[in-house]
Amino acid sequence: MSSWQVIMSPLWVAIKKNRGAHLSFWFLMTLVILAVFAPWVSPHSPTQVYPEHFRQPPIWLAGGGWPFILGTDDLGRDLLSRLIYGARVSLMVGFMVVSLSLSVGLILGVLAGYFGGRVDALIMRFVDVLMSLPSILLAIVIVAVLGPSLTNSVIAVSVVSLPNFIRIIRGAVLAEKVKSYVDASHGFGSTHFRVAVLNILPNCVAPIIVQSTLGFSDGILNVAALGFLGLGAQPPTPEWGAMLSDSKAYIESAWWLVTLPGLCILFVVLCFNILGDGLRDALDPKLKGR
Amino acid sequence: MLSLIGRRLLSSIPTLLGVSLVAFFLIRWVPGDPVMLMLGERGGSPELYQQMQAQLGLDRSLGEQYLKFLGHILQGDFGTSVVSRRPVLEEFLARFPATVELSLLALFWAVVLGVPLGVLAAIKRSSFWDYSLMSGALVGYSMPIFWWGMILILFFSVGLGWTPVSGRISVWHEVEVVTGFMLIDTWLSGGGVEVFADALRHMILPAIALGTLPLAAIARMTRSSVLEVLREDYIRTAKAKGLKHRQVVMNHALRNALIPVVTVIGLMGGTLLTGAILTETIFSWPGIGRWLVNSVAARDYPVIQGGILLISFVIITVNLLVDLVYLWVNPLLRDQI
Repeated sequence: MSSWQVIMSPLWVAIKKNRGAHLSFWFLMTLVILAVFAPWVSPHSPTQVYPEHFRQPPIWLAGGGWPFILGTDDLGRDLLSRLIYGARVSLMVGFMVVSLSLSVGLILGVLAGYFGGRVDALIMRFVDVLMSLPSILLAIVIVAVLGPSLTNSVIAVSVVSLPNFIRIIRGAVLAEKVKSYVDASHGFGSTHFRVAVLNILPNCVAPIIVQSTLGFSDGILNVAALGFLGLGAQPPTPEWGAMLSDSKAYIESAWWLVTLPGLCILFVVLCFNILGDGLRDALDPKLKGR
Repeated sequence: MLSLIGRRLLSSIPTLLGVSLVAFFLIRWVPGDPVMLMLGERGGSPELYQQMQAQLGLDRSLGEQYLKFLGHILQGDFGTSVVSRRPVLEEFLARFPATVELSLLALFWAVVLGVPLGVLAAIKRSSFWDYSLMSGALVGYSMPIFWWGMILILFFSVGLGWTPVSGRISVWHEVEVVTGFMLIDTWLSGGGVEVFADALRHMILPAIALGTLPLAAIARMTRSSVLEVLREDYIRTAKAKGLKHRQVVMNHALRNALIPVVTVIGLMGGTLLTGAILTETIFSWPGIGRWLVNSVAARDYPVIQGGILLISFVIITVNLLVDLVYLWVNPLLRDQI
């Protein structure tokens, strides 16, 4: 077995045992497939405007009709198509946020945990500063400086998620550092890099996977919040948070524009949270049943 | 004990300095020349440019600028809003009570509901109650608060017409600002029950929206904490003595289980403020969250700078107080720090 299989196969067993996590996993996979094949799956283009069909209700309501299954928005764009493309945006955003904060978090977390002392104190002070600001506020401020756009909101949210990653990775490295295989490796004359990255890090994968899964939900939620505040994705990008923001004015007349994008956000975030919780229970038996 | 408090106080100083550094450099990351931004369309002569530069202190070294910036903060000068031309501190203080009032009401219902539900789930572990409560908590935990607020409006304001859609009080009621807390001010201004009820009706939906995340977190925390305590030896002893299950839970378990819950509640300042930014935007609530979002839209950098400084001061202070209270009620911890 490759080392990848050594890590992943117990995880997969754990997911399969937990009904909620198992279900969430397949829901998310379906969503990924929908998102990847969005141009073929969605009935319309997400930006195609049908002026004669603006704010048309979903098909099962009076006034609704083919081919706009979930109705149209205030400009007459097909809601279903925009939601499917929105999945693309949100999953991509989650992936970007996790990759960004994970890669920086790995460097800083390993440095802090492995070397300790002043390096640790400095990095943890930085974490303290980031954590003393409410997450959305810090993200808003960063976007205010960089300018509102989807890319900048992803950067801002990655910075905000960073402290969690650093703390988890540092903690895991600290716990591994005292084990005897580390001493043994030092005894063979391994370099610091070799010990930290090739010996210690592979043993820290479990908490990192849990944190990354939960990081997806935080990232998606925060980027959607920025989109809602008008600081994230700009029109006509079909981003769920921005779509909600556009529909605020039609809360009384077009409820489907208000409810459906939010349900999508809730659903995806919930799936990632259930999956993350399930993985944590499986990987850290001490926390089971919490 | 005194030296302990002193040490804890000292440990928050580097964090405060770090936040001030972030706020200081924030303005300098803004693309473009701040002097040109301030001079705006008028452009201006080179003399005017230099005058403005000197006025903003931008002609000096970065270190000098930062020290001056710190000096201003220590004197309570957080800059002046570009839009309203009023001191940032004054603007902040005018809006802060509205946010605090909303947050307290949200926290109140989160605690009043979250703790009993968490205890219930723990006692009835692995039952239908436990599963439905914890599933509900997970949904609450994943809830996009900005959407939840809109759904509440859609249902209770638009659908049922029970509550107003936005603001703190109906425009036809005149309420004199004494404390800044609407529920108290309506009493003081002698409007009677009707005005008070009006203020409360405005506050209910935003408080529910804002309290949902804390509610879910508190319920989950209470459940796990009670479960943990129920495994302790002294619980077994109490059961062995023949005490009733109810007595064991209420008298022995709950009191000990609630200590970590109280800490979590105390440290919720950040969560509440984050939620307040979104909640205030939806419900047009005139607090600091909406103020900051509007300032970002207006590119009012002094307000953004002063605002994050003040908010992080508040959060650091609240966390410090929680820590001190915690030390005070839990003597075991004093040796550990």
